[in-house]
Amino acid sequence: MGQMHTRMKIATLAALAAFAALFAQVPAVAQDAAAQATAPDAGMIEAVSEAAATEGSYTPMAPTKGKGMPTDPRSDEPGAMAKSLTFQDQYTDNGIYALGMHDYILLPVITVISLFVLGLLLYVIVRFNRRANPVASKTTHNTMIEVVWTIVPVIILVVIAVPSITLLARQYETPPAEAVTIKATGYQWYWGYTYPDHGEIEVVSNMLPEDEAVRRGEPGQLAVDNRMVVPAGVPLRIQTTASDVIHAFAVPSLWFKMDAVPGRLNEKLLTIKEPGVYYGQCSELCGSRHAYMPIAIEALPPEEFAAWVKAQGGSMPGEEAEAAAPASEEAAPEQVALLTAR
Amino acid sequence: MATTAEGFDIHHDDHAHDHADHKPGFFARWFMSTNHKDIGTMYLIFAIIAGIVGGAISGIMRLELAEPGIQYLQWWAQFMGGGNDLNTALHMWNVFITAHGLIMVFFMVMPAMIGGFGNWFVPLMIGAPDMAFPRMNNVSFWLTVAGFFSLLFSLFVPGGSGPGAGTGWTVYAPLSTSGSVGPAVDFAIFSLHLSGAGSILGATNFITTIFNMRAPGMTLHKMPLFVWSVLVTAFLLLLALPVLAAAITMLLTDRNFGTTFFDPAGGGDPVLYQHLFWFFGHPEVYIMILPGFGMISQIVATFSRKPVFGYLGMAYAMVAIGVVGFIVWAHHMYTVGLDVNTKMYFTAATMVIAVPTGVKIFSWIATMWGGSLEFKSPMVWSLGFIFLFTVGGVTGVVLANGGIDDNLHDTYYVVAHFHYVLSMGAVFSMFAGFYYWFPKMSGRMHSELLSHIHFWTFFIGVNVIFFPQHFLGMQGMPRRYPDYPEAYTFWHEISTYGYYIMAGSMIFFFVNILYALAAGKKAEANPWGEGATTLEWTLPSPPPYHQFETLPVITDSMDYHDHRPATA
Repeated sequence: MGQMHTRMKIATLAALAAFAALFAQVPAVAQDAAAQATAPDAGMIEAVSEAAATEGSYTPMAPTKGKGMPTDPRSDEPGAMAKSLTFQDQYTDNGIYALGMHDYILLPVITVISLFVLGLLLYVIVRFNRRANPVASKTTHNTMIEVVWTIVPVIILVVIAVPSITLLARQYETPPAEAVTIKATGYQWYWGYTYPDHGEIEVVSNMLPEDEAVRRGEPGQLAVDNRMVVPAGVPLRIQTTASDVIHAFAVPSLWFKMDAVPGRLNEKLLTIKEPGVYYGQCSELCGSRHAYMPIAIEALPPEEFAAWVKAQGGSMPGEEAEAAAPASEEAAPEQVALLTAR
Repeated sequence: MATTAEGFDIHHDDHAHDHADHKPGFFARWFMSTNHKDIGTMYLIFAIIAGIVGGAISGIMRLELAEPGIQYLQWWAQFMGGGNDLNTALHMWNVFITAHGLIMVFFMVMPAMIGGFGNWFVPLMIGAPDMAFPRMNNVSFWLTVAGFFSLLFSLFVPGGSGPGAGTGWTVYAPLSTSGSVGPAVDFAIFSLHLSGAGSILGATNFITTIFNMRAPGMTLHKMPLFVWSVLVTAFLLLLALPVLAAAITMLLTDRNFGTTFFDPAGGGDPVLYQHLFWFFGHPEVYIMILPGFGMISQIVATFSRKPVFGYLGMAYAMVAIGVVGFIVWAHHMYTVGLDVNTKMYFTAATMVIAVPTGVKIFSWIATMWGGSLEFKSPMVWSLGFIFLFTVGGVTGVVLANGGIDDNLHDTYYVVAHFHYVLSMGAVFSMFAGFYYWFPKMSGRMHSELLSHIHFWTFFIGVNVIFFPQHFLGMQGMPRRYPDYPEAYTFWHEISTYGYYIMAGSMIFFFVNILYALAAGKKAEANPWGEGATTLEWTLPSPPPYHQFETLPVITDSMDYHDHRPATA
């Protein structure tokens, strides 16, 4: 019996390894394919860039299929079905770490445990049914095995806890002083983004109607009129709060979710590895249009971000000595007062 | 082994028989009931009715989610007396998720498990004539019914953007305070007050009964595990529900009397509400599953013809789950902005619960190991329970990790997880218990064939509903959404097909009950054979109106579970 279990375990482990390998390869392949397939809607981009040309050099980035958004298993993207079974590809270091922890520790462990229990159940059903075993044994306990099935789960949990605690510590790293601050405020039912370091730029972000999103080559119910534009590869200090009820700022492909609570200011470090458009949705029930206040983050190379800031009439932190200085100085104490009052 | 103090055959004595079976008239019997079996029956019927309502609502939701866009909600908004605009339609969605959650938790699972099976079988299993406080028992039941009507009433009064309370079963402030004008939320809160009060009274009743009314010789360590499970559950109810009552009372005063417990504008904190709610809410999930653990233990032992393996470990695993269940609540709040140390603590504490739960799973398997298994309907439901509860349990270990939960929190992965432990854990154990005790309660045998068909179709149905929801959740699909981006369509469609299978499967359940009541074979005192060793099987089926007027005496036992009289 013991041998049989060992064999069964080895077999399941092997199957699992194959399974995990499949998952590990899929994102890479799919990403390459997606990158090639990203011929942006030329007409749309041109139209927008003409309009933007007068203000600066900012043009809304076209999203990349399969990046920063859920994958439709019915699409003809290679490996779409496999991609739709797991997490979205990750574009932050913490997200990659967390995804690795899930794919290489948690998923194998829970799969093995579930199959192990299933295997034991099938075994007792076959071996100890009334026909196969008409006379039941009188065993009522066995201290040794009870100790084993208490200790072994403890060991497994410790193995899980180590990377888990590490992940938490990484997620709570304090943003460095030079991090770019962006404050996301949840409203019923849209998001507002302010940039206190950049001359108090304010962006109001509403969901695009389905047909308009499709016209712009974006996924419906995820696309917004004005995105939260951020620099890529630079530490961001994301702050969330809300003005009416609780909302949650969530972007699955960045492994980022933080509640926006009225009267509180939550803060977390976010560094997006590469430029792209990353979609998310409000993730705390906030009333009737809860499903219709998506989030779209557009990460740009830093110099393009600076251009965007210019186009919005803001200023980069270094230049605030100029005209913008009085305005931002006025704003800052007001904000502090507001927070301390709460 | 058990013997009675003097002549166990009391029920065959004509004089005593009259006395034992003297039933009051219809109104007195069913509306002023003091009989634990009658009250248990009423609880079960009530739970079935509430289950039909809650299950129908989930059908409305699955139908709506079968494809993206808003299909039927406008119609429902008008049907419920609301406006024809999109906002009211979307509000109706929130009303449905709220009603589904509250009904299933407070008016289906709890009344069935504790009110129904607990009332029926705790006194029978410990050899008591009735519950300690029979009249209070009746009050508990009717408070629960009143609570249900308060909740149903809330569906038809204004609740903000439309009729009904659209706050989610968690009733988070400030959506439930400043975010929902109109009396609907007040009625929903009042519904929780009523059913909560009923549960607290029930809990005190069970604790008193179990501590004071055990038959001579029935020590705590000889009690059947189902009684143990109800005892632990009763303590959880007693400690957790008052906290909920306080929290929702504060909601009421915030709503109506100008207090600001949860309003930052007045120095309050919305997160405080979440702490209070989940201090109740987490023990609540164990309240819903522990009696199921107890039933599975009885059933697995019965149909393996073996005593439960590691009885003491099983009993104290439940105690451990109950205790640890009180110190893990903030894992429901990983994204509110907890301190890093707090999050690490709750991650570690939550994972600890997997240990006693694992002990239970392995002990059930060890009970079957070396046994002589008979696959009667209660047993197949129990086997289904053990596997599906394991699947739901391991996804709980994934979610326990605060850093992983950052992505999964409030997604369909969570929906899949808690439906695996409840809709498949708790519900499978209830069907197992129902088929196990139905012959005892009704005196009629149900059809094994129909119960097996019910099992297999239900098993397939719920898995098709909920397994794909893991995929949706990992892809980022948030919960409580009536509409979704195109990319999620495929798995939602599959999930809705699963609902049709599950709903069809329930036909076999109802036909089975009707068949058994109308034409079922008469049930013997013990239809399950020598494995059924607890005291309820020593009584006729159905048991006399009053039982154990002469207490059975439990003498020294070969094993923890054999309570049969020496002559049996």
